[in-house]
This record gives sequence, structure tokens and C-alpha cells, in this order.
Amino acid sequence: MQAAGMFWLGLTLAVMGFGFYAAMTAPTEATMGNLYRVFFYHLPHTILSFLFPYLNCAASFGYLFWRSRNRVRALQADAFAVATAEATVLYASVGLVTGMLWGRAAWGIWWAWDARLTTYLLLWLLYVSYLIVRRFSAGGSTALIAAVLAIFAAIDVPICFMSIRWWRTQHPAPVFGGGADSGVDSSMLPALRWNMLAWAMWGAFIVGLRYAIERRKQQAETAAALEFLSVDASDLVEAQ
Amino acid sequence: MPRIGFPYDGGMSYARYVLAHLQKDLRLEWRGRDSIGGMLFFALLVVVVFAMAFDPTAYPTIARQISGGLLWVGLLFAAMTALNQSWAREQRNQVLDALRLAPAPASALFLGKALANFAFVTGVEIVLAPVFAVFYNLHPLGQAWLLLIILPLGTWSLVINGTFFAALGLRSRNRELLLPLVLCPIAMPALLAMIQATTDVLTGEFSPSLWIKVLFAYAVVFTTACILLFDAILHAD
Repeated sequence: MQAAGMFWLGLTLAVMGFGFYAAMTAPTEATMGNLYRVFFYHLPHTILSFLFPYLNCAASFGYLFWRSRNRVRALQADAFAVATAEATVLYASVGLVTGMLWGRAAWGIWWAWDARLTTYLLLWLLYVSYLIVRRFSAGGSTALIAAVLAIFAAIDVPICFMSIRWWRTQHPAPVFGGGADSGVDSSMLPALRWNMLAWAMWGAFIVGLRYAIERRKQQAETAAALEFLSVDASDLVEAQ
Repeated sequence: MPRIGFPYDGGMSYARYVLAHLQKDLRLEWRGRDSIGGMLFFALLVVVVFAMAFDPTAYPTIARQISGGLLWVGLLFAAMTALNQSWAREQRNQVLDALRLAPAPASALFLGKALANFAFVTGVEIVLAPVFAVFYNLHPLGQAWLLLIILPLGTWSLVINGTFFAALGLRSRNRELLLPLVLCPIAMPALLAMIQATTDVLTGEFSPSLWIKVLFAYAVVFTTACILLFDAILHAD
């Protein structure tokens, strides 16, 4: 397992390195010059940060389903929910920061309260609040509270998306699938594909790593609880 | 898992369970009067503090544009102070444990409590709205009667999720801090819709109908989600 993880990490770093090379050697953009290269990092991070919440929501439903049926499955689902929520916050943070760098270069301002930026900030806020709730809630009910909150957050994201779209709409139209003149120049596609792959692999790696750490934590807690119980029982026997 | 609308012991229907919980909460508030009094004074203080930030009577146009937002922010803060109390009250004398053991559907308890909280916040609004209009020198330029739809819908959207998340925080450390941290991000689309709708009525520039629809959709979706998930929250270990 560890060897496979190390192999995956090595492969990811190699693809990431090649992605960096491709991004830095792609042709310079007509109006923005070299500043546009942050786009090769912004796009993969934002797209992937919309993928992790779905996984988080699925894991949360899984937890609620297995909670009273299969204890081990439920714990696994909870560990996966933590991992994907943290990945969401990480990728959304990188997406926000790279987006602000881009905004500063393209529009001259760091931040605009337009539809996409506001929705994205809300996504970030929702999952930060999820992680804070996990930290605050004590004892055995953490997983349940977190699962319920994750489902609420997942319901909230589309409502946010639609309502804010009606509210204001400075971010460019979707780059892909946004109409006739959307898409990037074909000379930039290889760099985009390599970076997409690299950051997807990195995402899978950190989610896997966090999942493994969280599972170990759960196992250690279970072991500690069992040990406590057995000590208690033997004390009782001695007392009798 | 208890089914919604299923008569439990032949006599009592779901509505009667909800009514029983609602009556209990209203009676408690009538005897103590702590939540409404506290909320009212708190909201009044918020109105005064915002008046320090800008001079509403000197700039009537700006006052019209932003006072919709100020009203809802004040109500949101006020409601949060009361929502935390509404469940803490059930913890005294292990009432909550008794409710858990009761053969009544869990969601009836939740709906009763949400309706009671809705009544309290509406009571605060009835007093606060005229005070707001007087202090901020407001003359709505749009159709003022629409506020009769927007205010209850907005209040219900805040209260339904607020009541749910206050229950969610019952077993956590920093309960008082947890509610705003969770409620604000989740309620953001509802806040946006209620503020925009109120502002549209006050300025009379746009029709608020789109925002009323958003608010309605939000209220329906989250009322459903809360009712379905409350059972799991109440019976958490």
C-alpha cells in the first residue's frame, strides 16, 4: 500500500513537472502576455474544487445510510468525507488566490462581487464552516452532525449558483462550452491537459493520504476505547 | 424510522403533535418572556448602531437602498440570540431526553419549535418595522403590501434553518459560536433574496417577484430537508 502510494506520488510529481514545463513554454497570449500562464493552474484547481463536494456529499449520504447498518463502512465513509472536504477547501483556496492574481492583471482589481466569484467564495465558506463544525463538535456525534451539514451544503450550492447568477453577472463566460467563440487556442491545449491531469492526480493522492490518516485515527480511538473497557472490566473482577 | 403524517396511537394526528409542541413553547415564552424581550432590545440596538455608521435622514436615497439590508442583518443577529436559547431550554431537567423517548414523531417537535420561533421573530418584526421606518425616514416607493409576503417568507427561511442548526449544536462545545458559523453561509442565498426583494420594494426600481420566488423555493427545499433529517439529529448518540 505504502509502495503504491509512493509510486503514485512520484508519478504525480513527474506529470506536474511536465505540466509546469508545458505551461511555461506554451505560446504567449495576445493581450495579457505571460501573465495569462496562471490560467493553467487556475482552471484545473477550480474545476476539481467543484468535483470534491460531490464526493463529500456522496460519502455523507453513505455515512447516514450505513450508520445503523454497518459500523465499519460508516466510519470509512466519514473518513472519506473529511478527506474530500479538506481537498475542497485546499483546491478552492488555490482557485481563489490564482483567480485574484488573474483578476488583478486582467481587470486591474483583486476582487469583484460578480456572480461567479461570489458563488465560489460561498462554496469556500460553506466547506470551511464544515471543517470548523467538525472541530467544535465533541465526541460520538461529530460524524453525524458533519454528514447532515454536508448534505445541507450540497443542497445550498445550486441555489447559491442560480440566485447569484440572477443577481450580477465581470468574470468571462465559461471558457469551455460557453458558445461559439469559447475555448482556447489549440496551441494551449496540451499544457492545459497535462496540468489538469497533474492536479487531478495530486488531488487523488492527498484525498487518499488524508483518508488513510483519518482511518488510522479512528482505529486508534476504537482501540483506546476497547482497552479502557477491558481495564474497567478486570478492575471490577478484582474488586469482587 | 417514524413516518411523517402517520397516526401513532390512533387518536393523535401529526398536526396535533405539532400543535402540542407549539403550545408548550408559546406558553413557556408567555411565562418567561425572555426571548422576545431580548431580541427586541437587541434589534433596536442594531438599528441605533447602524445609524452611527451613516446619517439616514440626510441621504434618503442611500437610506432606501441599504436599509433593506440593515433590517435583515439586524433581524438575523437578533434571531440568532434567541434560537440558541430555544433548545437550551429543553436541556434543563432532561426534557430533551424525555422528548427523545416520547412516541411522537421527531419532526413534529422540530416543526412546533420552528413555528414558535417564527412567531417570536415575527412579533419582533411587527414592532421593529415601524421603528425602522421612523428612525430611517423611509417612504417605500414600490408596492409596500409586498412586504407582507417578503417578511414572513424571509423570517421562515431564517428560522427553519436556524432552529435546525441550533439543535445540531446542542452537543457541541462553543454552542453559541457554532450557530452563526453554520447558519450564515447556508442562509446566504435566502439573505440575498430577502434583502434584494425588500430593497426593490423600498426603491421601487425593479419588481421583487423574482426574489420572492427564490425565497419561496429556498423555504420549501430547506423545510423539506430539515423535516427529513431532524430525526437523525435528535437521536444522535
